[in-house]
Parts: sequence; structure tokens; C-alpha cells
Amino acid sequence: MSGHASNYQPKSAFAKWFHERLPIMDMVQGQALDFPTPKNLNYFWTFGGILAVMLVIQIITGVVLVMHYTPHVDMAFNSVEHIMRDVNSGWMLRYMHANGASMFFIAVYIHMFRGMYYGSYKAPREVLWMIGVLIYLIMMATAFMGYVLPWGQMSFWGAKVITNLFSAIPFIGDSITTLLWGGYSVDNPTLNRFFSLHYLLPFVLAGLVGLHIWALHVVGNNNPTGVSVKSAQDTVPFSPYYTVKDAFAIVIFLMFYAAWVFFSPNYLGHAINYQEANPLVTPAHIVPEWYYLPFYAILRAIPDKLGGVIAMFGSILILFALPWLDTSKVRSGNYRPIFKQFFWLFVINCIILGFAGSGAPDNYFLSHEAAPPDQWALTYKLVGQISTAYYFAHFLVILPLLGLLETPKPLPASISDAVLAKSHPSTAHVPAE
Amino acid sequence: MNVLKTLAIAAAGLVLSLGAAHAEGQKTAKDISFSFEWPFGHFDRAQLQRGYKVYKEVCSNCHSMHQMSFRNLSQPGGPEFSDEQVKALAAGYQVQDGPNNDGDMFERPGLPSDRFPSPFANEQAARAANGGAYPPDLSLITKSRPGWYGTINQLINGIGGPQYVYSVLTGYTPDDQMTEELKKEQPEGKYHNPYFANGHWIGMPPPLSEGAVTFDDGTPATVDEMARDVSAFLAWTAEPKMEERKRTGFMVLIFLGVLALLLYLSKKKVWSDVH
Amino acid sequence: MSTAEHAETNRRDFLYIATGSVAAVGAALAVWPFVNQMNPDASVLALASVEVDLAPIAEGQEITIKWRGNPVFIRHRLAAEIEAANKVAVTDLKDPLARNANLPESDQATDANRVVGGKEQYLVMMGVCTHLGCVPIGNEGEYAVVEGNVKHGGWFCPCHGSMYDTAGRIRKGPAPENLAVPQYAYLSDTKIRIG
Repeated sequence: MSGHASNYQPKSAFAKWFHERLPIMDMVQGQALDFPTPKNLNYFWTFGGILAVMLVIQIITGVVLVMHYTPHVDMAFNSVEHIMRDVNSGWMLRYMHANGASMFFIAVYIHMFRGMYYGSYKAPREVLWMIGVLIYLIMMATAFMGYVLPWGQMSFWGAKVITNLFSAIPFIGDSITTLLWGGYSVDNPTLNRFFSLHYLLPFVLAGLVGLHIWALHVVGNNNPTGVSVKSAQDTVPFSPYYTVKDAFAIVIFLMFYAAWVFFSPNYLGHAINYQEANPLVTPAHIVPEWYYLPFYAILRAIPDKLGGVIAMFGSILILFALPWLDTSKVRSGNYRPIFKQFFWLFVINCIILGFAGSGAPDNYFLSHEAAPPDQWALTYKLVGQISTAYYFAHFLVILPLLGLLETPKPLPASISDAVLAKSHPSTAHVPAE
Repeated sequence: MNVLKTLAIAAAGLVLSLGAAHAEGQKTAKDISFSFEWPFGHFDRAQLQRGYKVYKEVCSNCHSMHQMSFRNLSQPGGPEFSDEQVKALAAGYQVQDGPNNDGDMFERPGLPSDRFPSPFANEQAARAANGGAYPPDLSLITKSRPGWYGTINQLINGIGGPQYVYSVLTGYTPDDQMTEELKKEQPEGKYHNPYFANGHWIGMPPPLSEGAVTFDDGTPATVDEMARDVSAFLAWTAEPKMEERKRTGFMVLIFLGVLALLLYLSKKKVWSDVH
Repeated sequence: MSTAEHAETNRRDFLYIATGSVAAVGAALAVWPFVNQMNPDASVLALASVEVDLAPIAEGQEITIKWRGNPVFIRHRLAAEIEAANKVAVTDLKDPLARNANLPESDQATDANRVVGGKEQYLVMMGVCTHLGCVPIGNEGEYAVVEGNVKHGGWFCPCHGSMYDTAGRIRKGPAPENLAVPQYAYLSDTKIRIG
């Protein structure tokens, strides 16, 4: 299935009998244990494993939380407090699940930025990349619905704002919104269906992750040089080399995760979500969770409601087109000096976008003070607009042009050469043809 | 390239360190310290017991505490009253139960398993009795009211919930400091308090006065003391498992640290033939 | 292998074994909270005991209370009921064991062993038929004490016809055991705590 035959030999009579009926050990050996993996992968490549672990953790903590949660508007908030106070280790399960979502997004952003820097989206990995973007989209939907379930003030009002976006769609917008709500506003039917879908989507994600790994194994891993594997010399078997390296990286990540769960479990959330939802009182600042802030900034940057919605979804959908927008033949940013600088500018821009999404649009950027209207002022909104323009410019203008205008650095002949050159810098390296 | 990478990190850092400002009008809470702050912090049992008394005798006349049951008062990590004390405390209240065999609701003495009784039957009754303002439930008040803002500020100092409560309780502008302007602006039945999160006029009259409560351990009941104690108590009601959380956290981090070290050494060993 | 290589292998293996063991222990410690969260939580445990005032129960009367989700029969027996129970030889019983949580398991099902503290006038038992869990009906069945046309004591289970005598012992029908007597103790002459 993935261009690598396994040399699995069943060792016992039972193993042989089973192998003839379901060759799963054969697949495990071929795809996980023996799989030839470039030997120069750095720690940015451990985030795939970290993400898989986080998905499993979210599913397990989620399933046990559901054993105690009640998805009804009158009981949801109290059931979550019941979990926090009465259920054995309930506080830990809840904090793991809530902070686990943030960890999941930190890891996915690093994973995506890794892909963007090293050109992992380029041929022949376009489908791999697009499955990844689809995984990201479904992660966002899952997290959005999950945040509604505790039925706090931010749960309710965040749901109201985002579901209201759909009413911007011409002609059918209001019907769609009513369909989503199951009523005339966000209420019990909405909560129940979000609960159902929030339980379902992670399993869809697990399936997509399977496809993602399949797509990866057909073409093989990218690596920091971007130069393809030329011979077995360039690779090592996945186990034990990358199993132990991934395990180490996962445990370090778990320490980071544990620091949040046990010592600052509410920092990444919103204090106001500890108030039960009140449909009649809007909070002073409706803000989504931090991992949505850049998109929230993009949404608010466009004055027109429909325009904002299109820009927001467009900013994610444009990622699907990335393999074709970047015209460079060179994969890795290590050998693209100008691209490298624009990549970091893009990262800085995303961070600025995040901050732009965090405050009231008419306040001065990074302040709680409102700017006077009808006057030029560096407001959250203005910063958001500039950053949004730059975001789209990066994909639509900068990347296409860079490929045509940039002179890349000479590539190493192979991965082995690059590894040797690193450990023996005196060895002159042969430029690639 | 290193320049830009550094710039990226610096930008993140700079931007994160700004924004120590506060919500419209709300004065930054007074940053008093509590015994339970920081990773090694834990509650002061005596303080929690005094705080409970302040809640019971002053606050509970208007504020409910729906998430708390009497039995919580004896569980580890809290005020840790004895089981007998809790039984007596609970029995001091009349709690509604029923219906009985005639179909009527009736009153009976409280049990440890009962929730703290509410002063009002529902929100509407609470508003009617308080000039339209709703005295919020206090179970989670210290987790839902930031005393200050700022990305780095909140990461290091927490959200300042207990400090918010303390500041509101001790932050009323005294009569002799009310300017003529303020007196003219003063809405009916409201009091001036710059620490209040929802504008400077709060519907609650200053609830604490010197000696309002007599503490069993003899601590003088100054307004400052009562405010500190009840804020600490409310921090516990919002997070009764805090001590267990920190304790478990240490063990988890130490364990993971040991495992990380072992895995690192294993990784180095496995890779020694490649590098 | 030379001694040096041997030592190297042993040191290397030791590291891997140590790492694997620590990871395995960690995994086991991590699994426990996920299993334990299914155990009864604090709010359920809080309702694990209930106190009952016996004074309002007149002679010949019975109340049913709910304890740990199940009905508990508390009957203030007439002297006639106690007498009828005492007349039965233990060897005639379908289930000779007392089934009293306050006594050793092997104790016989004499009437005295079906109560606690020597107070034979109060019979406290789970109102759950030991066949398949239905709630038996009181003052019914062939083993009730009959006075005129009034039955006193005895229980009849409508689901499959099990009949219990005036001490709640199974006499006829498919139920295998006497009605269980839960753990309870007298706090005073007229007050008990169950559980």
C-alpha cells in the first residue's frame, strides 16, 4: 500500500494462523517499525506524534467526562461543577480536557508552520497537505462546539456570534441559521446537537489522521533539506530511532501540558465562562479562545458582514491552494534565504493578528481605552486590517513572486551528504545538479 | 534570517508584556497576598473558618452559594470543620423537603448532604428584594471576576479574583471623600466603589463594619481582616480541590521529569551510531 | 562478545529496561484516575447513610424509605407476627442463613437473627425480592398472620409469586434467599441509622 514491503515473519503457530487471516502485524512492522525514515529529521518532526497523543488524550478525557455531563441548558453548567467538585479526579479530567484543546492547537500550529517552512506541502505531498488542512478545519469546528458545552457566558455568546455569521449568506442565510439553531436563537436544541457532533467529530478526525499517515507513507517523509531520499543510506528504520525520539518529545510536551493543567488551569480560558449563560446579558467583551483570535481579527477587519465571513473562511481555504501558490522548485526554507525572511514576517504577522482579535475594535491597540471616532488612530481594528491585508498578500503576491525571483542556495546532493557536512564541516560539499 | 527570527520572538514578547490595563473604569484591584498563591501555596484553615463565618453571618443574607454543600466544610483541603461541627451547622438550618405522603412540601433540619440554602427562592425574588439588582451567587465569584488584566500580568499573578473581592469590600468611597460632583451623579440606592467591575456605582451597600462578626479564634474582626478572610473562603469555594491539584501537579512533573531524562539518555544511546 | 562489549550491552539494556519500566509504571498510575472516576462520587457517597425515626411507626404499621436507590421496609411487628416467626424450625426454611449484614454470614435465620440489638419488634429489610429485584407487597401471602379478614406481616412478590414470612424469610416461590437485612444500628431506642 505504501511502497515499503515488510519483512515480517510470524514467529508462532498462532501468529501464522492470524497473519493468514488479518495481516495486521505485517502492516505494523512495515509502516511503523521498519519504515525507512530520513535520518536528519529535527524536533519539529516530533509534533505529528505529539498531535496523535493529544487526540487520544482528548478522546479519553472526553469520554469519561461525558459519563458525568448533562447536555441540557438547565443542567449543563451545574453538571460541569459537579465534575469539578464531586467526581473522583473530576477536576483533573476537566482541566486536562480544556487545556488539552489549547495544547492540541499549539502543537498543530507548530506542525503547520513546520510544513510551511520546509515546503512539505509541495509535490508530491499536496494531498497530504490538504488532508492536513481538512483536519485543521474539523479541529476548529470540534473545539468551537466543545466550548459551548459548559454553558457559561462565553459559551453562549460565542455560539451566538459565530452562528449568526451564517445569516450573512444571501437568500438562504436566515434559513441556515435557524436550521443550525433548531429554534429562534441559541438554546437547548443547539446545545444538544453541538454535544452530539462534538462527540462524533473526533472520531472523524481519527479516520482522517489515518488517511493523513497513509498519504505520508506513500510519498515518504520530507526532511529539513527538502532533498528527497536517494538511497537507504539516507534513512534509518522508524523504530527504534524515531520511536524513542518521539517518546522523548512527547514527554517534554506532557510536562508543558502538566504545568498548565496543575498550576495555571484557567489562564488560557475566559473568567466570564465561570458565570452561567444568560441570554439577556451580553458580556462587555466577547472573545473566542486564543487559537481563533487571528481569524476573529480577519472577520472584524472587513466592514461588510458577508465580506468578513468570506475573508475569514477564505483565510483558511487559501491554505488548500498553497502547493500551487508557492512557485519555487526548492522545498526547504533552509536554502531559500529571501523566503526565510518572509516566512518569519508571516509568523510575526500571525501573532499580531492574534492580538488584533483580542480587543474591542475601537480601542487603541493593546489598551482598554477607546479611541475617538472619526479620527485616525492605531486601533485593534486598524491593526487587524493591515495584518489581514498582509496575510493575504503573503499567499497571493509574495509566495508566487518569490518562486520566480529568488535565487536559492545550492542544495546538498543527498541527505547523507548534508548530515556528513554538518558533522564534518571541512568536507567540501558537492552542489546538486 | 536570525535577525528576523529574533524579531519574531521579540515582537511576541513585547506584545505579550503590554496590556496591563484594565476594563473600562474598573480600578485595578489592590494586590494583597494570600497564603494559597503560587505553586507551593495552600489554604490557611483558620482563615477559611473565619471566612465561612463572615459568609454565613453577613453575605448569605443576600448571596446564594448553590454549588456548596455542608459536607464540603469537612472535606480535606478546606476549612476542615469536624463532622460533628458540620452536622450541627447543617441542623441549624431549616431545609425544604418533600413532597410528603399528603403531597405537601415540608421543612426539616438540614443534613450534611444538603446544599447551602439560598436566601431567595429564585432570581426574581432576589432582584425584587434588592432594588432590581441581583446579588450574584458566590460559589465561583473569585474565578469569574478578574482583578486585573494583561497577558503576562495574569500569567504571573493570576486573574486576581480574591483580590477583586477584597478590593470591592474595602473599596467603598467614604462619605467624606465623596465630591459634590459624585454626590450629584449618585443614582438612587447605589454606592460609589471604583473597584466594581460593572461601573463605579454598586447596588450593594458596604456590607462589612468593624466587629460585625465575632471570630471564634479571637482574631479582631476589623473590616480588613473580614474582607481578607471571606475572600480566601470564596477562593476555596471556587476551587475546593486546589491543594490536591498542586500536590498532584508536583508529583506528575517530577515523575515526567525523571521519565524525560531516561528517554533522553535512551535517545542519545539509540542514535549514537548515526551521529 | 568481549567483556567490554558485554558491559556495554548490559549498561545499554539496563537503561532501556529502566526507561520502559518507569514508562509502564507511569502508564498504570495514569490509568487509575480514569477508572476511579466511575466509582461513586462524593455526592453519591454523601447519601450513603440515612437516619430514620421509628417513633411514628405504630404497632402493626410499616414504612418504606429509599436508601441507596432501593426501598427499605421498616415494620413495627405485632407480637403475633414475632410468635409465628419463632415457631418455624430453621430446618424447614428454604434459605437457612440469616442474610443479616450485621451478623456473621454463617448465622442461622432464626427470628432473633433477623433483627438487631434484640429489638425484635422492628424488622428492617431491603424491599427487593431476591429473585429478580421486584418490590414485594406487604401484608400479603400465605405466611401472613391472619386476624379475621386482616393479614398482618408476610410479603408476596407479584412478579413470580415468591412468598416471605413474618420475618421476611423466603418460604415459597423462585426466590433463592431471605430478604436482605442491611447494615444498621440504633442511635437511640427509637432512632436507627442505615448504612
